[in-house]
Amino acid sequence: MAGDTLTEAPRTDAEISGLDALEIAGRDKEVSRGARLWAATWPKLAALALAIAIWQVVVWSGWKPPWSLPGPVVVGEELIRQASGAQLWEGIAITLRRAAVGYVFSVAVGLLVGLAVARSRVLRAAIGSMITALQTMPSIAWFPLAILLFELSEKAIFFVVVLGAAPSIANGVISGVDYVPPLLLRAGRNLGARGLNLYRYVIAPAALPAIVAGLKQGWAFSWRSLMAGELLVVGISQTSLGAQLTYARELADSPWLLATMIVILIVGLLVDAAFGAADKAIRRRWGVLDQAGQ
Amino acid sequence: MTSTTTAPGSATTAVALSGVTKVYGRGANAVLALDGVSLDVAPGEFVCLVGASGCGKSTLLNLVAGLDRASGGRIALAGDASPGLMFQEAALFPWLTVEANVEVPLKLRGLPRAERRERVAELLRTVHLAEFGRKRPHELSGGMRQRVALARTLALDTPVLLMDEPFGALDAMTRDILHDELERIWSERKLSVLFVTHNVREAARLADRIILLSSRPGRIIWSTEVDVPRPRRIDSPEVASIAAEVTDRLRTEVGRHGR
Repeated sequence: MAGDTLTEAPRTDAEISGLDALEIAGRDKEVSRGARLWAATWPKLAALALAIAIWQVVVWSGWKPPWSLPGPVVVGEELIRQASGAQLWEGIAITLRRAAVGYVFSVAVGLLVGLAVARSRVLRAAIGSMITALQTMPSIAWFPLAILLFELSEKAIFFVVVLGAAPSIANGVISGVDYVPPLLLRAGRNLGARGLNLYRYVIAPAALPAIVAGLKQGWAFSWRSLMAGELLVVGISQTSLGAQLTYARELADSPWLLATMIVILIVGLLVDAAFGAADKAIRRRWGVLDQAGQ
Repeated sequence: MTSTTTAPGSATTAVALSGVTKVYGRGANAVLALDGVSLDVAPGEFVCLVGASGCGKSTLLNLVAGLDRASGGRIALAGDASPGLMFQEAALFPWLTVEANVEVPLKLRGLPRAERRERVAELLRTVHLAEFGRKRPHELSGGMRQRVALARTLALDTPVLLMDEPFGALDAMTRDILHDELERIWSERKLSVLFVTHNVREAARLADRIILLSSRPGRIIWSTEVDVPRPRRIDSPEVASIAAEVTDRLRTEVGRHGR
């Protein structure tokens, strides 16, 4: 009856730990880091080699004259020449600084707006669908207005970058908060998390994967907007990457143009890889990472 | 309609429900989920609520846990601690380790770090998971996850435990062991348990008292004391004969809804 302490537990501890051991056996499969890195790397290298080969074949086919479409070797040499000069690095620095400022501001706006919309029913009804509408607007379509408002200036670029990135980030926050499993909310509330604590202990961490996805998409949008901006708003600019593209076109210097494009691609890929790593780390912690896919 | 109040229960009841009613929806679409449920759980008593689908078992636990409001009646709990609630799924936070999961309610209660560590270690020992503190929930089996959830609920230091089919998704062997574990912890900590299940054998194995709920709307239609001495075995003839009696009553109740 209630209150009495049971004389002897009918099961021994050995039985429990035995069952535990059987049930989680074989779950700790360790693959060496080198093997994993190689498995992730070789398909990328193979794809790169294939792309360069196709490029070379197109050049050899004589589809376009070599001064408008140079081959990979010529472009590679130009890239090395650029990399040893100051101009390219200066361009990268200018562009990345703009990207960073615009993106950080977008993150702040996106997080605040997203959280406000996720929390308030009225705000959601008012601007929830407008955020999605903003997201579908091609960022380059903002430039005429931006130029009228801010003239050919840094501000015009900044305006468009933020308009491009912030809606994606806000949407990430909104969907993250919306899809927090109700069971976890109930558990959190039962454990004593109310109000702000519910956000801190349950909602924010549960929404993190969706927020990171929004941040990643926001980055892609801001990078594209920035490139479009630098192409259009030349003149003010020092030699940003976008400005260099424009100069290369005007000088019909196609190796320079292609080399700069490759640099832009590499920067985009590197940042994307950083987001990918963050995303993967989160999914591994959560245990939702497909074992075969890592 | 009377309003629901939560007031301290008397010394002889851990949970006291009187005339608890729950209506979902309004007007023509209103569904009566619980109809005048009155029920007292004594301190240290293990009560199993048994019923077929649609008897409002989970609704009842939500009301007692304070996660939902009753449409009428009174719910009183002994002391001021809110009851702990366990679900069919462990509902662990996947972004936290086992230790950190158990630590959450301690953090929310503002315990200092050193004390939290001590308590977490003690609670994990209680559920035989002392070596698994650094694991993440997805690295554990379903039964182990439920034990973590139990440790996390115990960290609330509440005298009342509400359990919503907590072992429903487990295999028979694991469930068997968890019955022993729960019985031991309940007895050591002198908990009052309100345990919802549709498994009548489980009810007969665990309960001091079994209460049968009707379906649509949920009403208490029958109850029985289980006098089998503890520790019990789920396959003992005494447990089986009580289970058979409850099953008969349950079938009669389910039959009422047929055409």
